[in-house]
Amino acid sequence: MSGTVNELPRVAFFDFTSCEGCQLTVLDALQTHPELLKVVNIVEFREASSARSEDYQIAFIEGSCTRPGDEARLRKIRETAVYVIALGACAHLGGINAIRNRQPLPDVRQYVYGDKAEWYDTYPARAISQVIEVDAVIPGCPIDRDEFVRIVSVLLQGRQPKLPDYPMCIECKLHENICVFERGQVCLGPITRAGCNAICPAYGYGCEGCRGLVSAPNMESFQEVLAQHGLNQAEIDEKLSLFLTNQTLLEKELVHG
Amino acid sequence: MANVKVNVHHLTRVEGHGNIVVDVVNGELKQCDLQIVETPRFFEAMLRGKPYQNASHITSRICGICAVGHATASLRASEMALGVELSEQTKLLRRLNFLGELLDSHVLHAYMLIAPDFLGVPSVIPLANTAPDVVLRALRLKKLAGDLCQAIAGRHTHPIAMVVGGFSHFPTANQLYELRARFEAARADVVATADLFQTLKLPQFERETEYIALRRDDGVYGFIDGDIVSTDNGRWPISAYQSVTNEYLVPHSSAKHAQNQRESYMVGALARFNVNHDLLHPVAKEVAAGLGLKPKATNPYLITVAQGVEIAHCVEEAIQLIDALLAREIAWEDPALPTRESGEGVGACEVPRGTLFHHYVIEDGQIVGSNCIIPTGQNLANIELDMKALVPTMLDRTQQQITHALEMLVRAYDPCISCSTHLLDVKFE
Repeated sequence: MSGTVNELPRVAFFDFTSCEGCQLTVLDALQTHPELLKVVNIVEFREASSARSEDYQIAFIEGSCTRPGDEARLRKIRETAVYVIALGACAHLGGINAIRNRQPLPDVRQYVYGDKAEWYDTYPARAISQVIEVDAVIPGCPIDRDEFVRIVSVLLQGRQPKLPDYPMCIECKLHENICVFERGQVCLGPITRAGCNAICPAYGYGCEGCRGLVSAPNMESFQEVLAQHGLNQAEIDEKLSLFLTNQTLLEKELVHG
Repeated sequence: MANVKVNVHHLTRVEGHGNIVVDVVNGELKQCDLQIVETPRFFEAMLRGKPYQNASHITSRICGICAVGHATASLRASEMALGVELSEQTKLLRRLNFLGELLDSHVLHAYMLIAPDFLGVPSVIPLANTAPDVVLRALRLKKLAGDLCQAIAGRHTHPIAMVVGGFSHFPTANQLYELRARFEAARADVVATADLFQTLKLPQFERETEYIALRRDDGVYGFIDGDIVSTDNGRWPISAYQSVTNEYLVPHSSAKHAQNQRESYMVGALARFNVNHDLLHPVAKEVAAGLGLKPKATNPYLITVAQGVEIAHCVEEAIQLIDALLAREIAWEDPALPTRESGEGVGACEVPRGTLFHHYVIEDGQIVGSNCIIPTGQNLANIELDMKALVPTMLDRTQQQITHALEMLVRAYDPCISCSTHLLDVKFE
């Protein structure tokens, strides 16, 4: 599938509160898969190009919404685009920006900006889907390059992309990694959605859950496992806070609220 | 032209969100701001109460481009605080990994963010058809840098195997041999990069300022550790960074400004060149001579040229470091252990855009206070003073030409705005 530039799907990239590492991963993906440039027309990508456009069909959004002023910009993107994709953990989950959601906001602002806190607008970090409807998600911190290419291909074929709905542990076993728990550390693999090829355990570090929870995770049983490995409740909450703050807070509300 | 209004909303081809606002009325400069409109990030608040082992994984998420740099500064801060002594192998691997990121970032900046200005295109993408050899060279160098970081730490954005005291994973000898061969081949790309830089017609604009960079006293070009050194004379230990950075808040920026002995100072590739040129690899010195770059260079547009010189240095030093690692053979060693669970420490390194500081206070293994000072924050006051000096020299040009010259000036600094907007007040409880 290819055609003249004008016939190609018009794609735009937007960034909110984030490190822009997922857009960099997209640039890397365009380097290793230059054929993508033959099937889409990138009309806006601020980090890499000074071209700008308000006419696009597919919008990728990186970053969390962390201030009221960003909501209007998000709604504009939603009105313009046919298809909106949350790119990476900040957009998908609130990402690490949501760590601070566990602390009282006035305290957080005062801690960083002192008596000038009022100069800088902010509110608790939200996933994009908490502000506008999102059609698909590319999870991860950062996103996985191969998964990005696969999902874009699926979208261009007019199909709805599907993410693996089994825990990361399955990929870790297929890789024949030594279990992180066996090495005396803890790992969120049992409750985290697979699709990253277990890259963190493969490099000697336990999963932090950046791809979000698998559907219907057994949180109670998993917390027992963490307790058996010596974590108290505060340490368990801490472990779940890096990427899963918003999801586990919601989970708590669902279970106890 | 007596009246000029420049309003660049969300400057492109930079990392993060910034606006350029200039207002000249009847030939008089009324306003000249680089507004930092990135959302505040609050990393210091996020680190509070976290185990120190998490700090490098959290702070690498400050920036997708200099993730390895943030991880390195973070690990050094914890290691200084807790009395961790690193093995020789760890030092070699850390430095090699660091060079990978520097190479990646400089190639990204020079080829993909800066070159389009000189070639009259909005981005590097159209160049794939018109100048494929240039694009392929950039991609080859970037891929080499990325593959180096991947072999050592799992990935470049965000590194996995870098931990306090060492590494949790190691590259194989075969990976290092393969990388070495590719770095040797990259020498031709370095020559071609220098040739490309020869053709760039940089704007003539001189404004001397204070140049600050880390400098080591063991003859190694300063990237990690060392002392803070100024071209205005002055040398400070890293632990005394606050007496150099002197940060202050301004209303039009969510990133703090900094000043030392003048109204502003510069950090980054050009400052490093001005401070450390004698320690560059001989090949990098040749590249500098070929490009006419001499210390002390005072045209900020030359930052890109200094990055070209560092690209040559990175390639040569990477080969040296790989040889040193292969000669001693990689050992799967456990990370060095802390000698205490509480303490205070500052880590510093020269990330692509300049000196980065992380400062932690750790109590019983938990971070209770932190401060991160980012290169772009340190450069902001200097960029604005450059803009203020540059605008009056251009009043006879069109609005579009003035805007473009200012955009190029800001881009030359390679600002990393996501990084710079989370810093701020140190408060140690």
